[in-house]
Amino acid sequence: MLASWMTPGSFLFEAWQAREGLLAGLGVTLLSSLFSIVIATLCGIAMGVALSFGWWWLRLLARLYVDLMRGIPVLVLILFTYYGLALFGINIAAFWAGVIALGAFATAHVAENFRGAVESVPAGQMEAAKAIGLTFPRRLWYVILPQAFRRMLPPWVNTGLEIVKGTTLLSIIGVVELLLASQQVMARNYMIVDFYLLALVAYLIINFAIAQLGGLLERRFSYLRY
Amino acid sequence: MKDTPLLQARAVHKSFGEIEVLKGIDLTVRQGQVVSLIGASGSGKTTFLRCVNLLEEHDGGEILLDGDPIGYQVAGGKRRRLSETRISAQRARIGMVFQQFNLFPHLTAGENVMLGLTKVLGQGKAEARETAEHWLRRVGLAERRDHYPYQLSGGQQQRVAIARAVAMQPRLLLFDEVTSALDPELVAEVLGVMQALAESGMTMLLVSHEMLFVREVSHHVVFLDQGRIAQQGRPAEVFDNPESERLRSFLGRFHGLFGKALERS
Repeated sequence: MLASWMTPGSFLFEAWQAREGLLAGLGVTLLSSLFSIVIATLCGIAMGVALSFGWWWLRLLARLYVDLMRGIPVLVLILFTYYGLALFGINIAAFWAGVIALGAFATAHVAENFRGAVESVPAGQMEAAKAIGLTFPRRLWYVILPQAFRRMLPPWVNTGLEIVKGTTLLSIIGVVELLLASQQVMARNYMIVDFYLLALVAYLIINFAIAQLGGLLERRFSYLRY
Repeated sequence: MKDTPLLQARAVHKSFGEIEVLKGIDLTVRQGQVVSLIGASGSGKTTFLRCVNLLEEHDGGEILLDGDPIGYQVAGGKRRRLSETRISAQRARIGMVFQQFNLFPHLTAGENVMLGLTKVLGQGKAEARETAEHWLRRVGLAERRDHYPYQLSGGQQQRVAIARAVAMQPRLLLFDEVTSALDPELVAEVLGVMQALAESGMTMLLVSHEMLFVREVSHHVVFLDQGRIAQQGRPAEVFDNPESERLRSFLGRFHGLFGKALERS
């Protein structure tokens, strides 16, 4: 029985043959997602602070950035970061160009989510924090951020899912992530349905895991009620 | 000591856009005094209280705490806002209790009290925990130390908020209609805590609609009307000899509710 599954031409056999390429592709997908999410989260929160509390010129700059990023298709951004910047003599490896483009794009989303989350923290919280004499950075760190993070979680998980899906676009600039790796396998064995399905299941599993992690964090902070 | 003015307001003005809410408030609070602001809504009581703690910034006049101007400094004829750090330090010397409690929902009762102790006063964890426990015990909530705000009743939350404010050992405590958001049966426990604080010699400035309480605990009552002080004095003077028609009609509304009790007390 097992023998007939593992004969040349069967899905399992072909998948086993292609395992190294596919796993490498999966690794690139996971790494590029992880780096983009980290960049987007850190830069997004910093920009969100600027949007919510910055001096007027800083708010304006951040607003400009957010609106610009939201108005550009991610694919265009990726192509620009890779090919466009090269024209100015800035050569970035395809992988990093993709990570930077995705991170820069999602930064705008995180920044907006952060601003919304901060604004939904009741004004009395900031006032109470002022009243006990906390300085601005401490008001932010000990009072506002813990509450804003809880509200940011669901949209933040969404952004994470979008980023993972967005990494498929890196194939356009030649980054061999999971999708391109799968396509390379198909080019050899013409088992198109099987390997697209395999890729599809892999993406579903990654995103399911992220969603679960988000749910876990939400439960962890569930004491945050009013 | 009783004669050093702890808080002194001189000609304090405040406008929100076109609307002038405070039209020159002069007020002195001495150490150990309990001063109550009464008046109809919109008379400026809460705005004045918030100016004292710089939650609103007054546009004219000055407010002095122990002789130090709060929020602003006049140098060379120019009025300049103090740095954020200075302002935060000034706020730490003034405690405030809010109508809506404003406890930090992600922190337990004990942590709510400890936050300012550790991050503003620089106390160590152990010391802060001890201080917090002391004050939670004083407001009758020692056993609720590890409860989150949502696990407490409104009255309990407000008592934690009082503990949080008083644990900072402020020079002055501000109370902004602290019982207005409470169910009637929970008001007494909060007023009880406030009365105990007043009797312990804490200097307090409060805005309240609890006229019986105001009459009983205050040393000085100030009636605000349309952004001005219309009458002030000892509680008996203000309540028994209202000089203006407006104060008479304002008190009349409460007489309708408690009638005799207010006159007798």
